[in-house]
Amino acid sequence: MTSGDAHPSRLRAVALIVRRSLGRHAFASAVTILASAMASGLVMAVFAIQHQSEQAFTGGNVGFDAVLGARGSKLQLVLNCVFHLDESPGNIPWSVYARLKADPRVRLAIPYAVGDNYRGFRIVGTTPELFRDYRYSGDRELKFAGKGRPFEPTLREAVIGGFVAARTGLRYGDHFHPSHGISLDETDDDDDHDHHAHDEEYVVVGVLETTNTPIDRVVWIPIEGVFRMGGHVLRGDGDVYVARPGESIPDERKEISAMMLKFAAPTVGAELDNVINRNGKEMTLAWPIANVMLGLFEKFGWITRVLRLVAYLVVAVSACAILAAVYNTINERRREFAILRAIGARKSIVFSAIVAESATIAALGAMLGFVFYGVIVLVAASIIRSQTGVVIDAWSFHPALALTPPVMIALGALAGVVPAIKAYSTDVSANLNPHS
Amino acid sequence: MTITTRWPRLSTKITSVTAILEIHELVKRYRAPGGATNVVVDAPSFSLASAQQVALRGESGSGKTTFLNLIAGILAPDGGAIRIDDVDITRLGESARDRLRATQVGYVFQTFNLLQGYTALQNVELAMMLGRGVDHAFARSLLEKVGMSDRLHYRPSQLSVGQQQRVAVARALANHPKLVLADEPTGNLDAANARTSLSLLRELCETNGAALLLVSHDRHVLEQFDDARDFSEINRAATSTEAAA
Repeated sequence: MTSGDAHPSRLRAVALIVRRSLGRHAFASAVTILASAMASGLVMAVFAIQHQSEQAFTGGNVGFDAVLGARGSKLQLVLNCVFHLDESPGNIPWSVYARLKADPRVRLAIPYAVGDNYRGFRIVGTTPELFRDYRYSGDRELKFAGKGRPFEPTLREAVIGGFVAARTGLRYGDHFHPSHGISLDETDDDDDHDHHAHDEEYVVVGVLETTNTPIDRVVWIPIEGVFRMGGHVLRGDGDVYVARPGESIPDERKEISAMMLKFAAPTVGAELDNVINRNGKEMTLAWPIANVMLGLFEKFGWITRVLRLVAYLVVAVSACAILAAVYNTINERRREFAILRAIGARKSIVFSAIVAESATIAALGAMLGFVFYGVIVLVAASIIRSQTGVVIDAWSFHPALALTPPVMIALGALAGVVPAIKAYSTDVSANLNPHS
Repeated sequence: MTITTRWPRLSTKITSVTAILEIHELVKRYRAPGGATNVVVDAPSFSLASAQQVALRGESGSGKTTFLNLIAGILAPDGGAIRIDDVDITRLGESARDRLRATQVGYVFQTFNLLQGYTALQNVELAMMLGRGVDHAFARSLLEKVGMSDRLHYRPSQLSVGQQQRVAVARALANHPKLVLADEPTGNLDAANARTSLSLLRELCETNGAALLLVSHDRHVLEQFDDARDFSEINRAATSTEAAA
């Protein structure tokens, strides 16, 4: 009586042969598994990061429908005002803001004035409405950590994003001096002694809870503060104007970098697009924001294709590594195959064992690949977040995560066919020497 | 006619004189490097009854290994017939011959041919996996009978030559074969180990009801068999010194 019929027994034999071979060639197997894991992790990461980045940058959770700014590139406007990257294409008169703010078709209009930074983090002058009326990611409002509050529009007060607080160490009640210019180097440890620093001193009155949006990377101050910052000039009506202490600034002198708009109805965007972009010459309306960013991804789609090609090549190289690793063991194992055949192993078992061994290496590589995937995605997410404030969902599912392992295993099995044929054709008698 | 109980095979067996192995006009040729064809095996007739034990004496290079490899189905003959338990294996395909070898034939090699990366127990159980299926209890009992119960998990490199030979004997009997072939099974052993191992092999074949066909050039081995013959009586080609395989 035996414990099982012959077929499962042969599967067990194949499993035992594979296990013993991997054990005997542990170092070579481990290196090959590692190479497969890196290839698997890389290909999954390339697909997932590309998808998640596109989702994050075009997903529409920015909370505004459009950006209105000086005549120029829509993309530059969006990068500058939504992602707080790039430079402002220029300024527009305050009167435009005032007019659109009063327009019933506009539900929310928030002015932005940029030009300064604190240790590389952009300082944006705006109005307290941002903290009261703005909603991101659907209907989420900005919240203050602890006893924070919005700044007073006439005082030198600041609200900082959660990421700024984490990276600069600024806390509620801390004071700082803004620096001139839009430095993007956060290692620029600017303080009072820096010759770029403005004389004005601001106090932090609020730290925003982390939103996982570009807002986290911004230092918000009253827009009046930007108008009055030392060294700043206004050209709202075309002439140069410098604000004087104690004197109110006439509206016609004021100017802003851009304004963020939320429309009362979806049709408003098209109406304003027609008026401002098609028939106007002074301003640009970047609308809809998601489409502008999508255009960026489409424009640089070739980068994605190149990255994917590199990932495919890495996978192909890893399959070749499996082939080489297993093939190299065949010569030294000819006697083993001959013995197996001599004690009754069919050629198909020897063939299956080699293919299964290659597939097992690929399968272990694919499993370990998830670790590499996690590391790559976390590093990429961290870089994207620190550079743009955008948080990609590293753990969200992408079909590549389900497809890559079976494809890797299939490729591994395919790579095993050549060495398997070599093993399959082992001359039993010749490799069972000596003869008598 | 052989009547056996399926289990335990070790204990109950009634045997008659039916042939388990029959050879008729068996021929095997090899092509020499110069292009000439050498006949290595030319055996007009040979048979072995169930449970019979026969030793064949032959010098090195007389084609003994080729003869056993033909019987085991490892080599295909150029002519003739080999019947094992009434099945002409020369008419079988390679896969069927493999299957027959796995289930009906045990083979003890001169150099034992144990699988180096496998333990003693795995060597025996792997043969079972390729044959009739794993029977852990029987595998252990075989190794126990050859005195290897305390070395089940040792690899061949951790065993003495004599111990390796005993594992090889256990493996050869793992699938309850009807025929055991032994090619110079004591060739690598000292005299004392050779005697012990040979006795063990013969005893296990007897208790398992397996016929034994042993080839050797060692007269001390041959002396232990009631039926010991010159290989040249069976293989006409063995008389030629060019019959080396």
